[in-house]
Amino acid sequence: MLEEARSRWHPIAAAHDLPFRHVFHGQLLGREFAVWRADDGYVNIWENRCLHRGVRLSIGINDGRELKCQYHGWRYSNRTAGCTYIPAHPADAPARTITNRTFPAVERYGLVWSSEEPRGEVPEIAGLAEGKLLALRGIAVNAPADKVVERLRAYRFQPNGAIDGEGADILVEAAQDFAVALRSRASSAETQGVFFVQPVDSNRSVIRGVLDQEAEGAARIAILRHHNERLSKLRDEVERDVANAPAPAPLEPVYERVSAELAEMPEVTTHGRKAALRVSVARKWQAADGIAGFELRPIKGILPTFQPGAHIDVHMPNGEIRQYSITNGPGETDSFTIGVKLERDSKGGSKCMHETVREGDVLAISEPRNNFPLRRDAIKTLFVAGGIGITPLLAMAQALKNQELAHELHYFAQGEEHLAFADRLKHLGDALKPHLGLSPDATGAELRQLLAGYRNGMHLYICGPGPMLEAARKIAAEQGWPDSAVHFEYFKNTNKIDDSSSFEVALARSCVTLQVPAGKTIMQVMRESGIDVPSSCEQGACGTCVATLIEGEPDHQDVYLNDAERKAGTKIMTCVSRAKSARLVLDI
Amino acid sequence: MMTKCADPVILNLWHPVGAIAEAAPGAVQETVLLEERLSFAVDADGEPVVWRSRPDVQRADHIPPADRLPAISAYGYVWTSLGSPPAELFPIPEYQEPDRRKLNAATFGVNVSAPRAIENFLDMGHFPYVHTDILGVEPHTEVKEYDVEISVDRDEILATRCRFFQPMASTASDGGADVDYVYRVPHPYCSVLYKSSPVDETRRDVIAVFLQPVDQEHVRAHMLLCVLDEDNEDKVIKRFQQTIFGQDKPILENQVPKRLPLDPRAETPIRADKSAIAYRRWLSQKGVTYGVIPAAA
Repeated sequence: MLEEARSRWHPIAAAHDLPFRHVFHGQLLGREFAVWRADDGYVNIWENRCLHRGVRLSIGINDGRELKCQYHGWRYSNRTAGCTYIPAHPADAPARTITNRTFPAVERYGLVWSSEEPRGEVPEIAGLAEGKLLALRGIAVNAPADKVVERLRAYRFQPNGAIDGEGADILVEAAQDFAVALRSRASSAETQGVFFVQPVDSNRSVIRGVLDQEAEGAARIAILRHHNERLSKLRDEVERDVANAPAPAPLEPVYERVSAELAEMPEVTTHGRKAALRVSVARKWQAADGIAGFELRPIKGILPTFQPGAHIDVHMPNGEIRQYSITNGPGETDSFTIGVKLERDSKGGSKCMHETVREGDVLAISEPRNNFPLRRDAIKTLFVAGGIGITPLLAMAQALKNQELAHELHYFAQGEEHLAFADRLKHLGDALKPHLGLSPDATGAELRQLLAGYRNGMHLYICGPGPMLEAARKIAAEQGWPDSAVHFEYFKNTNKIDDSSSFEVALARSCVTLQVPAGKTIMQVMRESGIDVPSSCEQGACGTCVATLIEGEPDHQDVYLNDAERKAGTKIMTCVSRAKSARLVLDI
Repeated sequence: MMTKCADPVILNLWHPVGAIAEAAPGAVQETVLLEERLSFAVDADGEPVVWRSRPDVQRADHIPPADRLPAISAYGYVWTSLGSPPAELFPIPEYQEPDRRKLNAATFGVNVSAPRAIENFLDMGHFPYVHTDILGVEPHTEVKEYDVEISVDRDEILATRCRFFQPMASTASDGGADVDYVYRVPHPYCSVLYKSSPVDETRRDVIAVFLQPVDQEHVRAHMLLCVLDEDNEDKVIKRFQQTIFGQDKPILENQVPKRLPLDPRAETPIRADKSAIAYRRWLSQKGVTYGVIPAAA
């Protein structure tokens, strides 16, 4: 029976077991769950162990958007259960898909239901009208579920309207493997009670009763007490019944192994320029003057986990591909929100998004990628956004706000009407510092002021138009900010690419040597030889195609690497950069 | 004699059973090692006697020499073995330095396997979360690169160049700073750490954890302090270590499964876990099966 039980839905908690920001420890058929409700109402049912070191997540912290493990502070996102941050390595985005095992959750009859391998739906109970029910307190019984059901068939209780009386008539309306429906009648009063039995383990059960009428105040207390007393007595009887029988062996849950890729800690993950996801435009609106907001919802299933700073490739109806940062705050995993500025000299990307794409349209997007990761170990973080450069920084600021880490978001824009995503900005409170209508010179003066006072442990994140970004980086360097504390993301690479050189590329791990002729990129040549190279913007701005350089002198033409990284000569963007030496050796 | 533990590697090791400082001369104490009930006593000269408990023997001098288990006294504890132990226990040279304070900080029962407790002892990443404001504090959460080697000739794991930000680095400074650590694992169930001394920057305090495996999923953790401190009373030094261990205990007892999985795909390692990865490999290479879930062959 227990084998079959795996494919059924069972109640694992009462809805009232999931109060604000609590994590409930549930169990079904020997398997433990961490059950928590996010602030957006979503009920998460997860395997009760952190993927890192097996610590129970039911002792973790529910911050309303994410669940934080107590042991090492790993954060797992609402809905997707994907890991969004590993504090031991603050500079790295968890590049690998570390995702906890999730189980389906349905709320019905005041109970939370789940199943290991569900077939079909949560049982329909005639007579139980949603919303007008009274869920009783769960009664734990040290006995197998079938023994509990057996006793429940003979359970006697008073109808709600005659709770103080005695001797009501009881009718067994239905009895199944894991539930008994009873009706109690006493003169004019009548109550239906459905008693579900949750098989916690082979020898442990919980009785979860639901009555077909709700009650308030003292009457409610009296009804709950009535059932508590009688069900407790029933529990004692069942436990006496089974006391002399040998207890069945506890069920051993099987933990899924993590993927081989996760176990081996690869340096980089490979993903080509693929658009694996299909989303529909749930909402399109004017997020600011000249900026369209898009809310993208999955066609089916749930979206993958994203981290602040991550972007997606959007494949447009006209065949163009563009990168847009995800602006969502932590735990907002039911949709991705992006902002698209209409570029005056648009080559078809932003124009298509503004003019052609409408609500209800389906778009292909890539998995989120994070080449602009946010450290969360700064004593203070400054964000400097120019115009549409707000989008990645907005996601970052919301993440720090949620963790109550010190930060300021300096948002440079032409005017109030150009500030995008007002609703999200509002939640940042005092951390938001708009700087409106400044000339380039005035912007420089403002930046000099706010970048003064660098202290060890501070970090700066900049995103905006090229000239402003250059100015901010220069000012930061002048004010004593080391390269390692200044993080930036360009929209695009405006460098004029010189692809006139020809050279040789040796791929150390693949044991191949390739010739790169003038007019072709390293990436193109690798792909022609069948080597899978991850990429996104393909113009040297996003950092997705980075490769480790073992030998040779690179000719950097990207805008992703900072000066220190360029000098170190250990990384190269294969989509635009080339060689000054005759030969490069890459760790691919 | 049949033993409950069938792992020859573990059977043939020395295991600690109790602190000598807490044993009244001649008094018989009962304990459990590898699921077997043992009795032990320490005589007035500090010589330990250990035997399998039996109702007819209530004094150490009543147990015939042939029925005694191997016993030594080392680092302030009584050690014994249910198999054929090596001639010597692993060395801790600092224990001989005369100006050090040597104390059993505490003996704690913990509902977890010995290898899980060793991994916790080797781990720095949890300091800001589990030992908040003592050994670490947010946002200083980074585990910087460090080195790990499995020393073949000494048959032990050595992690060096370990550094972690500590909010009160010493009583002498009011700010936080990186503190240096060196970790050794010279025995599958024992680990020794060396930590910058707040009173002498050229030397290091030594803190060791010796785990007595009660069974595969329960230990008694004996904590040795061997520190440079001339000012504080014993109870102050002990209380600090007890506070730290008291914070680790509920985490350890909530690890699932309790035995340490040696399958590399059972859990998700990160770079900060280098020493734990080396430890799991070392246990696998040794063929340890007790207190672990061996990787499928």
